[in-house]
Formats: sequence, structure tokens, C-alpha cells
Amino acid sequence: MYDVIVIGCGVVGAATAYRLARYRLRVAVLEACNDVANGTTKANSAIIHAGYDPEPGTLMAALNVEGNRMTAEICRKLDVPFRRCGSLVVGFTPADRAMLETLYQRGVANGVPELSLLSGEEVHTLEPALSPEVCGALLAPTAGIIDPWGFALAMIETAVQNGVELHRSCPVTAITALPEGNFRLSTPKGSFETRCVINAAGVDADRVHRLLEPIHWKMTPNRGEYYLLDKSEGSLVDHVIFQCPGPEGKGVLVSPTVHGNLIAGPNAEPVTDRLDLGNTADGLNFVRARALKSVPGIHFRQNIRNFSGIRANTDQGDFLIGASPNHPGFIDLAGIKSPGLSSAPAIGKRAAELVAEAGLPLEEKAEFLDERHVVRFRHLSPEEKNALIAKDPRYGRVICRCETITEGEIVDALHGPVPACTVNGVKRRCNAGMGRCQGGFCGPRVQEIIARELGVPPTEILLEQEGSWLLACETKQPKEGSGHV
Amino acid sequence: MYELIVIGGGPAGLAAACKAWEEGLRHILVLERDQELGGILNQCIHNGFGLQRFKEELTGPEYAGRFIGMLQKTGVEVRLDTMALQIVPGQDGAPHQVHAVNGKNGYQVLETRAVVLAMGCRERTRGAISIPGERPAGIFTAGAAQRYLNIEGYMVGRRVIILGSGDIGLIMARRMTLEGAKVLACVELLPYSSGLTRNIVQCLNDYDIPLYLSHTITDIRGHNRVEQVTVSEVGPDRRPIPGTEMVFDCDTVLLSVGLLPENELTRGAGIDIDPRTSGAKVYENMETAVPGIFACGNVLHVHDLVDYVSAESERAGAAAAAYVKTGREEAALRTIALQNGEGITYTVPQQIRLEARPRPAEVFFRVNRVTGAAALVAEDAAGREVARFRRGHLAPGEMEHIVLPAAALQDAASPLTIRMEEVSQ
Repeated sequence: MYDVIVIGCGVVGAATAYRLARYRLRVAVLEACNDVANGTTKANSAIIHAGYDPEPGTLMAALNVEGNRMTAEICRKLDVPFRRCGSLVVGFTPADRAMLETLYQRGVANGVPELSLLSGEEVHTLEPALSPEVCGALLAPTAGIIDPWGFALAMIETAVQNGVELHRSCPVTAITALPEGNFRLSTPKGSFETRCVINAAGVDADRVHRLLEPIHWKMTPNRGEYYLLDKSEGSLVDHVIFQCPGPEGKGVLVSPTVHGNLIAGPNAEPVTDRLDLGNTADGLNFVRARALKSVPGIHFRQNIRNFSGIRANTDQGDFLIGASPNHPGFIDLAGIKSPGLSSAPAIGKRAAELVAEAGLPLEEKAEFLDERHVVRFRHLSPEEKNALIAKDPRYGRVICRCETITEGEIVDALHGPVPACTVNGVKRRCNAGMGRCQGGFCGPRVQEIIARELGVPPTEILLEQEGSWLLACETKQPKEGSGHV
Repeated sequence: MYELIVIGGGPAGLAAACKAWEEGLRHILVLERDQELGGILNQCIHNGFGLQRFKEELTGPEYAGRFIGMLQKTGVEVRLDTMALQIVPGQDGAPHQVHAVNGKNGYQVLETRAVVLAMGCRERTRGAISIPGERPAGIFTAGAAQRYLNIEGYMVGRRVIILGSGDIGLIMARRMTLEGAKVLACVELLPYSSGLTRNIVQCLNDYDIPLYLSHTITDIRGHNRVEQVTVSEVGPDRRPIPGTEMVFDCDTVLLSVGLLPENELTRGAGIDIDPRTSGAKVYENMETAVPGIFACGNVLHVHDLVDYVSAESERAGAAAAAYVKTGREEAALRTIALQNGEGITYTVPQQIRLEARPRPAEVFFRVNRVTGAAALVAEDAAGREVARFRRGHLAPGEMEHIVLPAAALQDAASPLTIRMEEVSQ
């Protein structure tokens, strides 16, 4: 019998597991995909919002502002790339200026520190690449940029290091309410019994809850498309540049990334197929046009990748966080739309409180390992590089030339507490293949290392999920019935 | 302290190092990031290399082998599996620094009088052209697929669409077919192929693979592996024409949509890049604006034939040797800038230094469209025609090359414009 089972290992599930890992509880996380953080967490704007957007009084407002503070602390402890670069919401018209004033007031009400309204002149001094049409801005110095995937990984790895079980490729197919308020979860890997269930299933949170009982809310998945540009464009702006929110959402942003690239997006388009992460010509054209409105000098020729992500939007105005009225041990962390990433650590903390309310005592462990270190060869000094290579020459072999990622770092990714098992899993952990050639050169060498380290034939290596094979067969494979018998 | 460090052990680096040795340098180091010399030639196992250079049809590995053999007869030092990470140009005649790393020597800062940049190029990817659709497995650049097939021994798929008609894509159409795959189509955005005519004939026509000119991929479907690709015709504005969609069931898309000189080290060293070539700006001897740093081969501009890479790199190697032995060559009397005029997309070199001893200058460039009979004209700033060259046929897929006579250059007023004139039959 588990005390808590978390369903879903996106950033919210990971933050919850990380929070629960400090208490004397038996906790497992069940993730449907073959790797963690494979949904909304891997494809979003990668922004830690300051917290002036949500209406005061909402869960979103409270958790965003608290989550922003907590994120900085966690990233420091767990070695996650995060930079408080600040954000600017820019305005083009008098109506926009009125909106900036509203956002400012909202931010103050939400407790966002250090907000200020800037004149056109002030904002152009701060960001010379902005369009001359920009006539004012809201500056929020506490906003930041993050590696959202790395954030989720860091939290689940730390949870695992502290005794939380993680089961990947483990979708929950049925939930049965047992007597005494417990639950049985059925999965292809067997069934799990638990006192408490936390539903952190992202865009599938509705489906997971319906396995137990009918729900009164509706998931309205919404897709956003992005451009990710080469590092040559990465210093075009220093802040996250938002436009004034309108009926179409928060609008298209332009921002540096923690990896040194430039990101532009998203649009917002309702979708029915939650697995359709496609890009569309119309969507990309929209993003490009809107991004150029804020920052006219973006060289979209330097684009290295387009992607899209699905927002876990619902027909409700706020996050849906709380226990089911009929089943006090079943806790929803659902409808985690923007600012979900920014709120994640605070949501995890709230989840732990709900576990306590469900009757499980939160006793802190005597020993909780709350640190983590990642080797990033490219960021080391020449002396540190040499010391590392002397210890293990694999850190001297650069495999990914665009991002300067060494064999040692790829091997680390394959043998961490939550090890990579796919090409994209390696890419997200150590950035091999993330650069301008998009794995054109290092792809075959990364696969060779995966095959060697995991002891699998290259033809069985996947890019991502089951079915995403990369190599059809060996060449000159004799056909049955031909050649020597 | 080295006299010369060559960055890259592909065809360009090999030729430059051999030539510099021949010209008398004795402290030469070649840095190669792969585990063997030869660069991309190693995976080009088809023939057709060396017709200009050796008057023979060699395969890529054979062509590379000739130069590796030459290099092995010299005392040039080679470091394999070694990545050059940074170049710091020396100021006022001080040595240049090359930062490099490998597992054996660790992270080292090497000093040298001269540097030859010979890092080659990379393929443009899906992102560079923003192909709409999903992002399943099964989308490869043609060169990556070629490496899997010819070096690693794996087929990347069984039913293939090729986007772009660059030479690597065409070669891979034939190669995948010979290995048992079905290549359904080669799709080219432009109204003409960017590959060599001989490759269209020998790799597509001979295998009945249709070439759709003025078409592009407008959608890719498949959550996990490519399942379906939509191809649409494009209008003169290169935008898809609604209603022209063709749907192919396939598991693989190969991209052959252009090559880009790989100049991150060059940019990092503060060397000026020509936006037309995406390579360094160079003088007639392949020297960049930084004295003692030279560039050649596909890192400078994308070539059609490796034979021309070798020739250009030998010029760079010889010039690097001259630089090391004599310092700056005799001071230039004056400099003539070259610019591309009607029908021409770029020129290499970008500038010619005239010295007391008159010398002819070789100029390389590409045209922007397919033509019949045409003339290539060099015209100076005063509107005087200083040279004219007749051609029976011109195509963007083929690199053009003229030699400006020494006498013509002596009196030419800078800048000199190279343009194309179509000759009406």
C-alpha cells in the first residue's frame, strides 16, 4: 500500500513528488510516456512569469507569485538553468497603455515586487531592438527564463534520490475506489494500491479523473506554435518581450532562452487530437508577423526548429486544485494552464497540504538530500575541463559540435537517477542535438553511444515514444530463403 | 609553436596542409574532429570524384585516400577526435591561438603563426525552411541518411520522399533505391534543380524517380514515425497553390535543401562574414581580413566539385606558407573590390590585392538561373569591359570560374562587377 500515487510526471507531478519526498511517505509517480515531462512541460514558452496576469484572488495569482519565488531557490539547489532576466509587456496604442496600467495594478494586488511602468523612451533605452511603435511598457524584474524540461527532471531526480518510485511507460487504465477511502490503480505494469491519488495528468487530467467518477468541467486543449532561433539571434533582446494580452491570450512573446537561443511564439488554436503537435503554415505565419511587430529585426532565416505544445486549458477560469467531494483522497491538480510552469513548485506545496488534509501526517525525514550537480563541460574553465578529462577522457570527446556536448555528458544522461532511454531523452538531458545542425552530425554517434551504454541494437533505439523508430534495418540483410541456409 | 594549424582534415584541410608542407613549412598541425581523415568524402562512396584533378573517376574515399597518402609522406602532425573550440587572433603580429580539446591531450591552447580554416559546411535542416506538420521520427538530412547507410550500415527507411534536388539528395535517391527502398519522388521548390545535370540523369531518370519541380512539402503526418507527406505545387511566388496537393504514404523524408558553411569559429574570431556566401570575406590568396588566417573549401563557399576545393585549398596552403616565411607579402599597390552584378549571386574572392608583380586572378561564383549561351563579363567602375568569357550553358547548380588576366586588372578601376549577359541565339 502506497501513501500517495502521483499520476503524471510533468512539471506539476515532478514538483509534487519533490515536495512529498521530504516526508515519511511511501510515494510513487506513474508516467504514461516512456520518459518524464513529455507533454506541456517539454513545449512551452519557458518563462517564469512575475504574476501580474492572473486576476487577484485566483489560485493562479497566489501560486504564480509564490511559485516564482520558490523556483529561483529550487533551481539554485538543483542546478537548473534559470535566469531572472525580467519581462516587459509592451504597448503600441493608448488603449494598450491603459491595459499596462491595469496589469500594473493587478500585479500590485497580487504582491508582485518591483513592478514599474516605463515610457517609450525608457523602454527603448532598455531594449533598443524594440519596434519604434512601442510607446510604453510594464517592467517586471522578477520574471525569468528557465529550462522547463530540466526543471521537471531535476525535481523528479531529486525525489527519486530520496526514495520516491518512478514508473515510466505506466499509463493508468482504471481507478477503483476501495473501502476505507483507498484506491486501486490498474496499469499495464500491474496494479497499485494507495491511500491518496494525485491527478497531475496534464492534458489528460479529465480522462484520469473520469476513470473514478464523472466530472463537471471540460478540457479544452489548445495548441501554441513556436520558432526557436539560432544562438546568433539569442542576444537580440535581454528581457522577455510580451505584448498586451487580448482576447487571443497573452499574445506572442519574443525572449532569449537559458540556452542562448531566441524563442518566438505562441499562437493559440483549439485542437481535438491531443497528440497532434504539428505546426501549420498559418500558425507559423501568425507567430512570425506578431513577433516582428514587437522586434522588427528578428532574422527568421536563422530558425533552427519549430515546435508546438498543447495547453491543458479548461472551461474554468482558474486552476482546478482540490480533493474530490466524494473521495477525499483523490486530489486534482488539473487545468494547469499558464502560468502553470511558474506555479509548479507552489502547486506541489499545496498538493502536500491537501495530502495532509486527506488525513496523512506530513512528518519530515531526518535525511533529505536537497542538492544536485550536473556536469556541463562547455561552462567550465580550462582548468576544470582538464581536471575532468584527466579523470575521464570521455569528457574530452566532443560529440555534439554545435552545443559542445561531450561523450561523458551523454553517458551521464544515460545513467542518471532517471536515465534517458531515447535519442530525445538524451537531447533534453544534456542538449546533444539541440543546436543548429539539429543532430545531423551527432545523431549517428549519439545512437552508437546509446546502443553501447544500454546494450540494445541500434535498430531498437527510439527518437521518442513507442513507434518512433529511427533505423529500419541493417543494410544487406539477407532475405529469408536466400543465400546460405 | 606551430607555423600552421589547419582546422579540419577533410579535402580542403588535406590539400592545404600538403601544399604548405611542399612549400617548405615543417611545423604543421591538422585538427580533425572525426576519428579519421577525409571528412565527408568518407561517406560519399559513389564515383565521379577527381575527373578534373586526376582525370579519373574515383569514389569519395578513394579521392580522400590520394590526399591522405600524400599527407602521410610528409611530417604533418595530425590530431584526430579533436575539436577546435575557439580561435583567438594574435594582435600586431603576435601568434594566433587555437583552443582545442580531445580525450588524450585535454583542453589545450595552441599557438601558431598561421591558420587555415577548413571546417566545411553543414546541411540546412527542416527548421531552416519551417516545413509545417508533425515532428515524428523519419525526417533526416540527406547527408545524415548517407552516413547511416554508408558508414554505419543502416537503412533509415523503406518508402522515401526527398525534398530538394541538391546533389546529396539525388545521390541518396539512387543509393536508397539500390539498397531496396522505394523512392517515391524528389520534390524541388525551384523551377530548376540545384544539383548537377549528371546526377539528375544518373540518379533519378535512370531509376524512374519522378522529379517534381516547383513543388514543396506542405504537411507531414505521423505521431511517432512519418506516415504521410503532402506535396503541393507552388506558384511563381513560391507559395503553395491550393488544390494541387498530392499525398504520399511513406515512412521517410530526406532533406537536401542546401548547405551552409560552418563558420561559428570564424565568427568567434571576429572575422568578417560575407552574407552572400555565409563564408569569410577573402582576398585573392584566400586570406581573410585577419593577417595569417586563411579560409578554403566549403567553409568559404559551397563548391560543386571537390576537385575545385582541392585547388582552392592548395592556394590557401601556399599563401599560408608564404605568409609564415616572409610575413606580410609585398605591400599591395591597391585593392580592387569585386561585386556581383546581373545574374551572379556572389564572388570569391571579394577583393583582389594588386602587387608590383602582375598576376592573373581566379574568381569563383554562381549564376542565379539556368541559361543557354551566355557571356560572363567583368566591368570596372568606369563602365569599361575588362574581360569577357563565353559559356554555352549556365546553371546555379554548377560553380562558375573565370581567370581575370593580369593585364586587365592593372588598369581596372575598383569596384569590378561580374555580370551575366544572355546571348540571344
